[in-house]
Amino acid sequence: MRETSFTKVQLSSLLLLRFLVGWHILYEGAAKVINPQWTSLDFLEESQWILSGFSNWIISNPNVLSAVDFLNTWGLVAIGLGIITGLFFKAAALAGALLIFIYYLNSPPLIGMEYALPSDGHNLVVDKNLIEVAALIILALFSTSKIFGLDAFISNFKRKDKLLNE
Amino acid sequence: MSDLNNENKNMPEKNNETGKNLSGDSDKNNKPGMSRRTVVKALAGLPVLGLFGHQLLKKRNYDLEKREAIVKELGLDKIELPASNYGSGSNPGDLIRVGIIGYGSRAHSLARSLGFMHPDEVKSRNEQGTLKEWLDQEYLNVALTGICDVFDQHTENGLAVAENYIRPGGQNAPKLPVKSYRHYHEMLDDKDIDAVIIATPDHHHGQMTIDAAKAGKHIYCEKSVANTEDEINQLYSAVKNSGVVYQLGHQITQNVIYQQARELIKRDMLGKVTLVQTTSNRNTSHGAWVRHLNSQGNPKPGNAKSIDWKQWLGNAPYTPFSINRYYNWTLYFDYATGLIGQLYTHEFDAMNQILNLGIPKSVTSSGGIYFWKDGRDMADMLHIVSEYPERDLTLLYSGNLSSSRGRGRIIMGNDGSMEIGNNIMINADRNSSRYRKGIESGLIDPGSPMISYNPGAGQIDAVTSATERYYASRGLTTTTINGRRVDVTHLHLREWINCIRDGSTPSVNIDVAFDEGMACVMAHRAYVEKRVVQWDKVNKKIV
Repeated sequence: MRETSFTKVQLSSLLLLRFLVGWHILYEGAAKVINPQWTSLDFLEESQWILSGFSNWIISNPNVLSAVDFLNTWGLVAIGLGIITGLFFKAAALAGALLIFIYYLNSPPLIGMEYALPSDGHNLVVDKNLIEVAALIILALFSTSKIFGLDAFISNFKRKDKLLNE
Repeated sequence: MSDLNNENKNMPEKNNETGKNLSGDSDKNNKPGMSRRTVVKALAGLPVLGLFGHQLLKKRNYDLEKREAIVKELGLDKIELPASNYGSGSNPGDLIRVGIIGYGSRAHSLARSLGFMHPDEVKSRNEQGTLKEWLDQEYLNVALTGICDVFDQHTENGLAVAENYIRPGGQNAPKLPVKSYRHYHEMLDDKDIDAVIIATPDHHHGQMTIDAAKAGKHIYCEKSVANTEDEINQLYSAVKNSGVVYQLGHQITQNVIYQQARELIKRDMLGKVTLVQTTSNRNTSHGAWVRHLNSQGNPKPGNAKSIDWKQWLGNAPYTPFSINRYYNWTLYFDYATGLIGQLYTHEFDAMNQILNLGIPKSVTSSGGIYFWKDGRDMADMLHIVSEYPERDLTLLYSGNLSSSRGRGRIIMGNDGSMEIGNNIMINADRNSSRYRKGIESGLIDPGSPMISYNPGAGQIDAVTSATERYYASRGLTTTTINGRRVDVTHLHLREWINCIRDGSTPSVNIDVAFDEGMACVMAHRAYVEKRVVQWDKVNKKIV
C-alpha cells in the first residue's frame, strides 16, 4: 500500500462505499434498539451448517441469548458509527466483517440448505452478507479514515507525540 | 508507514490535486497541529451521520404515526388487559396435597408443570442448562403425595418424581411421605389427599370424575371430559352437587393471546363472524398415536403380569391382554373417540373460549382411515361441521394424520379475519366496508396483517413484516408473562390450585366442560353413526 496513490474519483468511491456500508450496519443496529420485540432467537433457530450447534446452545440458555442480543445490537451500532465517522475505523470494519461473516455462516445459501425465513433475493453460495464482508475487508485495507475520519485526530496526536519525543 | 511519512515530508500542503495516499499524511506538513482543511475533512462522516439521524427519526415517526392511526381507527387504544400477578412471589396459600391417577407420559408432564421432576430429567436438564428455567417456575405450595397406576413401572416412576426434592420451592418445600395405590378408590378414600389429577386413558375419565367428586376431591381431569353422553350428564351433576373445583385439561387458553383475541373480537374488528376454521395436521407415527415402540424401535415394557389388565379395561368391553391396546388406546373407540378426543377437543375449546360457542345445534362428521391402515378405529382423516344457526356461524374442523402442512386456526368475518397461533394476526378483508377508507388511503394493506399481537412484547404492533406471519404458526406450549416464558400447563394447574384455595371458578370449569364434552360426543356419534346429530336444547339431549 505504500506506493498507493489515488485520484479524487477513486477516493470518493471508496468513501461512498464506506458510508453506504456504515449506514446499513448502523441502521441494522438502530432498528434493533428501537424494536423491543427484536430477538436473535428466530434467526438462530434457523441456523444450519457449521454453527448450528453453537446457535442451539445460545437459544437453550435464556441468559446467553439475551447477552447475545445485547452484544449484537450495540455491536452493530458501534461498528456502524465507527465506519461512518471513521473512528477506530480499521477495528470497526474488521469487527463488522467478522460479525457479518458469522451471520453468513449461520445461514449460507449452499446447495441443499433450505430456510423457512424468506431470503433476500436469490442467492447461491454468495449472498449479500458475503459481499458486505468482502466490502468491509477492502475498506479496512484501503482505509480512508485518516483523511476523512476522526482517526485523523488520533494519528495527528500520535505524530505530535512522536515529534516531541524526537 | 515511516517511509511514507518521509516521502511526504517535503510535499507542499496543497499538492493533492493529482493524488493521495491513504495514510492521511499527504496534506499535512511536518509541523504538529492540523490545518483547518484537514480538520474539516476528518469530520466528513458527521454530515452522513446527521442525515442518518434525520432519516431514522423520520422513519420512527412514520411507523409510530401509522401505528397510532390504525390503532385509533380501530378503537384499540383503550385495550387494557388485567395484569398478571404471575411470579410476584406472593404467598401461595395453604398446602394442597395432590394425587395423580394414571401415571403415564402425560402425567409425567403434568407433574413437571406442577413442580415435580424425575431425577434423571433433572440431570439431563442440568447438562443442557435448562434446569434453572424450570426451577424458576412459580412455587405452588403443592405436595404430590399419591400415585396410582395399574402398571408397577409407572407407579415407581411417579414415586421417584414425587420424592425428588430438587424442585421450585427448594428445600423449604414440605417433604411429605408419598403413597402408592393400586386402585384409585384407595386414593379417593385417603384423607391425606385433597385433590386428584386424572391422567388415565379416556374411558376412565367419566367414572373416575364421578367417584372423585363424590369423595370430595378436587379434580383436574385431562381431556376428554368423558366418552359418552350419559357419563357427561352423570359427572356434571356429581361435580355440581359436590362443590369440588373441577378443571378440564385444556391448557391452551392460558396463553395470554386468548384474552387478547377475546378483546379484539369484542371490539367487532372482524365484523360479522360466520366461519371459524380449525385444523390439525400431523405426519409422524407418534403423532398418529402409534406408541407401543420406544425411540429405538423396541417394544415398550409391560406384560400381562406387570399390568393389572382387568382394572385397566374398567368398564370397557373385555378383550385379552394386548400391549398394543395398552399403549395405543387412543386408536380404539372402546377407550377413546380418536382425533375428536385428542385434538378436536383442544381446537373446540380454543374457539369456545374466544367466541362462547357452546353446544352446536347440529353436527356432521366425515372422513375415514385413509393412511394408517393398522387395524385402528380412529379416523386419520376427519372433518367436523358444527352449525350454530342462532349465531349464523359454522365451526369447521379438518384433521389429517398424513400431512404436516400447517393450515392454521382462523376466525373469518366480513370485515376481517384473525389467525391465532402463538400470536394473533388480523388481516382486513379486501372487500370490507368498514376498512374501505383505510384501504383506499393506503393505511391498511389487506395483503398483510393489519394488527398483530405478540405476547412477548405486551403491546399491539400494527406494522408487521411478512416474516411475523410465519411465526404465528408455531406451537402453543409456552406463553410470555411479564417478560418470562411460562409453560401454559403450569398456568392451567396453577389456576386450578388457586381456585381450590379461594373458591373461585377456573376457566375450563364443569359448565364449560359439559358443553365441550357434549360437542365432542356429538361429533363422534356423527362420525360413527354416519348421520347428522342434533342437540335438543330443551331436554338437554343429543338426538
